[in-house]
Amino acid sequence: MSEILKIDNIEKYYGSKSSLTKALDGVSFNVYEGEFVAIMGASGSGKTTLLNCISTIDKVSSGHITVDGTDITKLKGNALNKFRRDELGFIFQDFNLLDTMTAYENIALALSIKGVSAWVIDKKIKEIAESLGITEVLNKYPYQMSGGQKQRIAAARAIITEPKLVLADEPTGALDSKSSKMLLESFKYLNEEIPATILMVTHDAFSASYAKRVIFIKDGKIFNEIIKGDRSRKEFFTEIISVISLLGGDAGDAV
Amino acid sequence: MLFKLAFKNIRKSIKDYAIYFLTLLIGVIIFYVFNAIETQTAMMNVQKSTYDIIQLMNSFLSGVSVFVAIVLGALIVYASNFLIKRRNKEFGIYLTLGMSKGRMSAILFVETLLVGVISLILGLGLGVVLSQFMSIVVSNIFEADMTGFRFVFSMAAAVKTCIYFGIMYLVSMLFNAISISRCKLIDLLHANKKSEKLKLRNPILCLIIFIAAWVILGVCYYLVNVKINEISPRKDMPIIIVAGCIATFLVFWSISGSILTVARAMKKLYYRKLNSFTFRQFSSKANTMVISMSLICLMLFLTITMLGSSISLSRSMNKNIRELAPCDAIFVKPLGITGSLYGGDNPYADALKEDAKKPIIQSLNEGGVDCSLFDETTTAFYYDCLGLNMDKTLGENLKPALGMYMFIAPDSFEGIMTESDYNKVAHVFGAEEVTLGKNEYAMVANLEIMIKIRSEVMESGRELEYNGFTLKPAYDRCLEGSVFMSETRSNEGVIVVPDEAVSGVNKTKEILYVDYAAMSRQELLDYDEKIVEQMNSIHYISTTTSVDTREGLKRDSVGLGATLTFISLYIGIVFLIASAAIISLKEVSESTDNIERFAVLRRIGTDEHMIDMALFKQIGMFFLFPITVAAIHSVFGLNMVKKIFESFGMGSLGIPLLITAIIIVAVYGGYFLLTYATGRRIIKG
Repeated sequence: MSEILKIDNIEKYYGSKSSLTKALDGVSFNVYEGEFVAIMGASGSGKTTLLNCISTIDKVSSGHITVDGTDITKLKGNALNKFRRDELGFIFQDFNLLDTMTAYENIALALSIKGVSAWVIDKKIKEIAESLGITEVLNKYPYQMSGGQKQRIAAARAIITEPKLVLADEPTGALDSKSSKMLLESFKYLNEEIPATILMVTHDAFSASYAKRVIFIKDGKIFNEIIKGDRSRKEFFTEIISVISLLGGDAGDAV
Repeated sequence: MLFKLAFKNIRKSIKDYAIYFLTLLIGVIIFYVFNAIETQTAMMNVQKSTYDIIQLMNSFLSGVSVFVAIVLGALIVYASNFLIKRRNKEFGIYLTLGMSKGRMSAILFVETLLVGVISLILGLGLGVVLSQFMSIVVSNIFEADMTGFRFVFSMAAAVKTCIYFGIMYLVSMLFNAISISRCKLIDLLHANKKSEKLKLRNPILCLIIFIAAWVILGVCYYLVNVKINEISPRKDMPIIIVAGCIATFLVFWSISGSILTVARAMKKLYYRKLNSFTFRQFSSKANTMVISMSLICLMLFLTITMLGSSISLSRSMNKNIRELAPCDAIFVKPLGITGSLYGGDNPYADALKEDAKKPIIQSLNEGGVDCSLFDETTTAFYYDCLGLNMDKTLGENLKPALGMYMFIAPDSFEGIMTESDYNKVAHVFGAEEVTLGKNEYAMVANLEIMIKIRSEVMESGRELEYNGFTLKPAYDRCLEGSVFMSETRSNEGVIVVPDEAVSGVNKTKEILYVDYAAMSRQELLDYDEKIVEQMNSIHYISTTTSVDTREGLKRDSVGLGATLTFISLYIGIVFLIASAAIISLKEVSESTDNIERFAVLRRIGTDEHMIDMALFKQIGMFFLFPITVAAIHSVFGLNMVKKIFESFGMGSLGIPLLITAIIIVAVYGGYFLLTYATGRRIIKG
């Protein structure tokens, strides 16, 4: 398995010298092709900062992030946008769909900004909509859809460009449990069938249990890492919960 | 506290306020500059007769100011109401914090006051500076003595500006207070979350309406261009105008309702780069902007037509005067008049009877008019036409001619002049001389449309019966020339006959062409004025003999041209800033909604250039759309004006349209760029 994401001892500081906050403090880990990794941590643990750094929305203070052989900490300006467009797919907590456009057009946008022809766009959208079960909502506007449908549209948009890495930031954060489950099933499907490499940030143990590997972050450092292996999702879930209780004081955050 | 909050609010929403403030500023400047003309001209050193013309212009400008104030007032009310709507969330927070509506109104009151006072002070300051340039322009136009150039501050204009804008601000405060008192907390807090439902109209219905609208417009264009002579200005014109306005509205209605459907059908275009996003952005707002876009389109149409035609008219008038007034003065005296003038009641009857026998020059000399500086004189006569009227001279061409030129009166008598007399006149005017054979006649005119009509008659070889002679056309066309001096090309036709054809016919008019002896320009102006004054003071002369001097005609045409140009500039610029400001404010405030949308685009990896282009296109569409329709209207509007002012010989529209285009590009284009820059800054966060 080739290495898609390599995080090498990254640090991120906020504030001045006198009052320095270390949001990320020497984090290193790798994500391999076809993996589904969840990053867990309480609010303020630095997990969102980590995701922002990977997604090039934020810059690291030191260290290197390599995506498929490219050191993204050295990219600038339009090269960054191009990298984001070509190599990454995003799924956000609040969906980030354009309210003026239909689901179909929202998905199409990810391709049309890459200069893909209308014909190919149509073919690809139909394929992915079929697999995510969103064919019937393609012509609806975001305000006409449920949260789960919106998030699956967002997932379709993220995945349709065949990115090296899909980044999901609290994707179930705004969903009810039924929709969450459907979405996570979709993630599992995308991860197993396409196969898409997914890195998901969450503080929800249930969501994390769908991943193949979970990395725990506390106070900007990696606290623990567990691998699902051949265990059932339920067993994995129990282990996640036990690690969370170890994280201490944050159990209330967990579920 | 109140002031602090208000001041902070203004600074905070400076992005929204910048364009509003600029618009107010331009409004104040324009208002001051055009109203200051009155003071400036009052202090100018000009001929007394010029002063009368300036007075007339000033009263026109003053009247237009009221209209301008109404337009600007409406704009201010619209804009401030609009800005309030954008700040609903802020007001919602004030209300939840326990602020009373009265207090909120007070904040708004102070805000408006601050913006108003600052814009007035700054605007007046800039206006005073700019009006100095205007003063130079005005002095130049009216040939005022420039040696005593002074810095003019018009107190009257400043006070007037303050009062007018004060009223406008008060009205807008009133409207603000009303809209605050009406709002509900829940609506305020959720104002931003209301997603605008997209109204897509039935494309087929839209297509039908679109075609219908253009058919109506086509008919209107046809009527005002081709059939302009047949429609009555009182009865038909209002119907055409209303139909045109409705059709314009329908054009925008149908396009804004269907542009998306059309664009989506063109998949290749639609799914190219951010086009789908841009079209969506446009159509989501276009529906709510149909009325404002129609209004803007009509304002732009009026601006283009007014500016283009007034500049063209004043230019051609100034050019015309050189060839249409070739000598310094022309005196015209009717001969052998009969009727009431000589009646018993008229105390001057005897004097008139006596005077009627004398040639002009003698009558002037004896009446005490100073003719000492008359250098070169030429005399020519009109002869009795013996009942020859247009009906007879045009014959079967009369009917089509009436369709071509609406002012033809079939029963008006023709002017008759002899060949030798006319050739003297032609010499004065530098026109083509005529050579007539026995029993031949020639036709002379300088009104373009009449030359055309008369030429057709001449070509058809129409014979005239006059004084027992049967006259044939000597030329196959109507010659260009005139007999009287005028600021416009108004000679509809004079018939030139062989000298022997008038034997035994009475002379009806004596025309005296005079060139003064060489003198300085100032002496000439004074002398000119003296002659006219002296003539007018002698009753028996002024009732019959008329005088036109070149300087007088020049003044009239300069005055008329300046009045037209100033008024159209005044209204035009106000219309321009009003239209541009409406689009601009709407777009900028929408940008606040757009922050989120553009952020999404950025997050999915759209590069900055593409985003900028999308914003540029989106704003560009709103600016381009109304002006395109307005430009189409203007093509026909200008053509109509050209037809109506045929006698002014409205010259080419090239340069006037270029000037108009420059003004529009500067103001409208400036607003566009400013809107784009502001929008860009907003979406960059």
